[in-house]
Amino acid sequence: MAEPKNKYDRQLRIWGEQGQAALEKASICLLNCGPTGSDTLKNLVLGGIGSITVVDGSKVEESDLGNNFMVDVKSVGQSKAKCVCSFLQELNDAVKAKFVEEFPEDLIDRNPSFFKQFTLVIATQLQEKSMLKLDKICRDANTMLVIARSYGLTGFVRISLKEHDVIESKPDHFLDVLRLNNPWPELKQFSETIDLNVTDPVVHKHTPYVVILVKMAEEWAKTHSGCLPSTREEKKEFKDLLKAKMLASDEDNYKEAIEASFKVSTPRGISSNLRQIISDSLVEVDSTSPDFWILVAALKEFIENEGDGEPPLEGSIPDMTSLTEYYISLQKIYQAKAEADFLAIEQRVRSILKRIGRDPSSISKTTIKNFCRNARKLTVCRYRLIEDEFNSPNLSEFQKYFTDEDYSTAVGFYILLRAVDRFATVYNRFPGMFDGSWSYREMDEDISRLKTIGVGLLSDLGCNGSYLSEDLINEMCRYGGAELHTVAAFIGGIAAQEVIKLITKQFVPMCGTFIFNGIDQKSQLLTL
Amino acid sequence: MATTIRGHMMSFIDKNKKIIHTLLTSVRLKPTQRKEEEEEEEDDDDPSSSSSSSSSANHKDDDKQQNQDRNQSQENKGSAAMASPTEQQGSRWRDLDKLLARPGNLVGSNFEPSPQLKQDLQEYAKVLVVGAGGLGCELLKDLALMGFRQIEVIDMDTIEVSNLNRQFLFRLQDVGKPKAEVAAMRVMERVSGVNIVPHFCRIEDKDLDFYSQFNIIALGLDSIEARSYINGVVCSFLEYDADDNALEASIKPMVDGGTEGFKGHARVILPGLTPCFECTIWLFPPQVKYPLCTLAETPRTAAHCIEYAHLIKWGEVHSGKPFDPDDPEHMQWVYAEAVKRAELFGITGVTYSLTQGVVKNIIPAIASTNAIVSAACALEALKIATACSQTMSNYLTYNGQEGLHTKVTEFVKDNDCLVCGPGVLIELDSSVTLQEFIELIGEHPKLLLSKPSVTYRGENLYMQAPPVLEEMTRSNLQKPLYDLMHKLSYGIIHANGMTRANEITTSCLKKIRISFKVIADGVTDMDTAGGA
Repeated sequence: MAEPKNKYDRQLRIWGEQGQAALEKASICLLNCGPTGSDTLKNLVLGGIGSITVVDGSKVEESDLGNNFMVDVKSVGQSKAKCVCSFLQELNDAVKAKFVEEFPEDLIDRNPSFFKQFTLVIATQLQEKSMLKLDKICRDANTMLVIARSYGLTGFVRISLKEHDVIESKPDHFLDVLRLNNPWPELKQFSETIDLNVTDPVVHKHTPYVVILVKMAEEWAKTHSGCLPSTREEKKEFKDLLKAKMLASDEDNYKEAIEASFKVSTPRGISSNLRQIISDSLVEVDSTSPDFWILVAALKEFIENEGDGEPPLEGSIPDMTSLTEYYISLQKIYQAKAEADFLAIEQRVRSILKRIGRDPSSISKTTIKNFCRNARKLTVCRYRLIEDEFNSPNLSEFQKYFTDEDYSTAVGFYILLRAVDRFATVYNRFPGMFDGSWSYREMDEDISRLKTIGVGLLSDLGCNGSYLSEDLINEMCRYGGAELHTVAAFIGGIAAQEVIKLITKQFVPMCGTFIFNGIDQKSQLLTL
Repeated sequence: MATTIRGHMMSFIDKNKKIIHTLLTSVRLKPTQRKEEEEEEEDDDDPSSSSSSSSSANHKDDDKQQNQDRNQSQENKGSAAMASPTEQQGSRWRDLDKLLARPGNLVGSNFEPSPQLKQDLQEYAKVLVVGAGGLGCELLKDLALMGFRQIEVIDMDTIEVSNLNRQFLFRLQDVGKPKAEVAAMRVMERVSGVNIVPHFCRIEDKDLDFYSQFNIIALGLDSIEARSYINGVVCSFLEYDADDNALEASIKPMVDGGTEGFKGHARVILPGLTPCFECTIWLFPPQVKYPLCTLAETPRTAAHCIEYAHLIKWGEVHSGKPFDPDDPEHMQWVYAEAVKRAELFGITGVTYSLTQGVVKNIIPAIASTNAIVSAACALEALKIATACSQTMSNYLTYNGQEGLHTKVTEFVKDNDCLVCGPGVLIELDSSVTLQEFIELIGEHPKLLLSKPSVTYRGENLYMQAPPVLEEMTRSNLQKPLYDLMHKLSYGIIHANGMTRANEITTSCLKKIRISFKVIADGVTDMDTAGGA
């Protein structure tokens, strides 16, 4: 039967039923519901997030009508959290929407344990002092934190949590592994049953390139004392041999073989990224270890034993020109090998669990299978405490960013976004934020004050203060703390996307601080 | 200097520059009258603006003047203390005002900050949003909240359930209603003062005059064809000077967004200055098409089985009845057939969802990417209109799938582009027949086109082949080209023929701009006195 028409169809095609289920279980807390916060939640509510709690102590003012879509004229004077919450609820009645009318800064001070109940906290438009405090609270409570800030034509998004492990990283481009450089006996045996010199032209042009390459590589090895083509000349020679096998110029399978011929020569073994993961100290597991690291421990044992230096095979093959029966047979050979690898890993997982005193069946077959299928693509993201980054950023990166044309604006904004908060603690307002009228004299005063603070910040970190661009300091004062709708929508879009990646545990969340550059749109991700 | 503010905006914005200038000049000279007008117009908005209008109308970006203003207001401490020379705290557009009324160093070259700029934006900047889907909904919201007030939106679609995960202006009870109408209504309900005119029709249903009235066109589309169509329309407005440079007044800026899953792009197109769609059409990846012999003889994947059922089996069984992808029964039939075929060949993975995806070429879509891409487009639209910041040049790619990657690439215009390029200008007498024209372009040194087929606005004027078309269009050869071009004094002809260069003959398509210089029989309303 047809599945029912589903309003989530277009996103289920991206993160599947499992990802959707994770979203529907999640409970999210939003701090401050200006346009940045409202637009972040809008994107999550539409996607069917489980529950939201909006925390904001302010009342809707006239100026909110100029940048926030989740309030209207009738909301003026009412609780902003309440109004935003009810407009968000309209978007999706499957979402549980609550609000707390309190200033986040007070809540952070008064009731730190409040944040424990949530899967993830989204903190928007929070100034440095509260942000750092909240960061520690969330870190201790093991609650994920996403920070988003819009400020004039700039802003930032930063994730903060101890560690995020991704099995289904779903990279865009990832080289399929066909083991053409290291075929196992069954694949070789199957290739032997096929004659590349077959006279039937239909069969000839429908012999899958996997078979062509396995056979030709074997032939090559015979005449090259067991080695595969490795130098540039050898690779070219190998391609020429393939070309010579073609009966006609329209044989797509041979074209595919020539194109994929480099796979015969790729070095065996695991990527440096995977090497790093299996070398991590967390691989020494005990009863408190998360499942992810138990799986990695099993993977490590597998690679060092049955795997003979290789991770488990995924078992899927790309489409290729082939007779149906050849293709299906190949598919089965790859699947069988993947199944055998999976069984070996499963056994290792079970015995590790037993060894550390856990129920050997406490990790499901499906989880292990999924892990095996993605073993080459595992990703571990770790985030420093924001305070640590602020106090001791990676100095060499800092210097590099300041001297790199592509990054200098972004890193300038990074410093100035901190500087405006310091300005605010001293003057109780942001630079360029005046009551009523302003004069150029006042503006110039703010500019020089902000410059002093920014330069001071840089020299505290051991950096040359002259790096800071006058034009950017000017811009920051011009913005006067403005929260523009499109900037908020951009920042909110990114924040929502990162929340989705963190909750579904799919795709790779960003590592570092994303700095939005609304001037020429050359935004950057800074890792400091 | 205030003239240049509008001068810049209007240079992109309006052909009625003169009228607007006169209007604004007179307004500036009579602050009190202006105050009244404002109160009338804006009572739903900016409650405090009237108190500032007299000073803002007299506003001069002059240090001393401002300091005087400020000193004065401080001394008075009365109602004047509330007046700001540039902006109002607590007013509705407080945040936007900072961007539009304050000077900066990283701004557009013609930017002259003033509170007037926002009012000009609200009153004179007309934007068309093409598409009211995932991007269109966001664009409408973003433009309305960035101060645009004159907005129209065009979309031929009605709302479906599968839109609701991202098209946030629609509710379950709206399913079946026109997207453009519901989207316009929702944004107007929420953002007071904005006027959005919906058009529930195809983009081809509107004539050139419709498109020419807008200052900026924002595209939220999901097809290359629709983008190409609008691009063609906008480029047809281009006029060129004697050196074949596009005249600024004829340039209609476009912003364009596109998304797929976690990926997207946002771009700014200033036709004639920066590359148009056609210049960079290669940016779009080719569509997946399976060879028919694979589908019929050597299927290997679930998609092959589905396409077999859809493209081959359906036609064999339902002689003549067209397949309708929106009819669930049709889709169900294709799914069942695909399952049967997959079983026959031992292929796995056919599901109903995949069947829909393959047959309808469904592009996965989520709210966040649409929000990001539209926000970038709307911000660029504001910059085009006001020069309040430097602009993106000219193509932003975004990928949030693995980490986060953004990149701005400055693509360059193809000077030989058949759509935005100047082509070759030929002045003709209105009596020249199509036959004579064809001979002329064979000899023209910049063209040297032999055996050309000639089209005008997609209409075949003369076709060399196939024979049936040649015969159908042959009678046009003796007609004056002027008549065939609907007696317009200016138009663009495309000619596809053979050209010889370095002993090699190649086929090529040329753009020819035709200007008719002498009107022989006075049938037009053009002033012919000078030529007589």
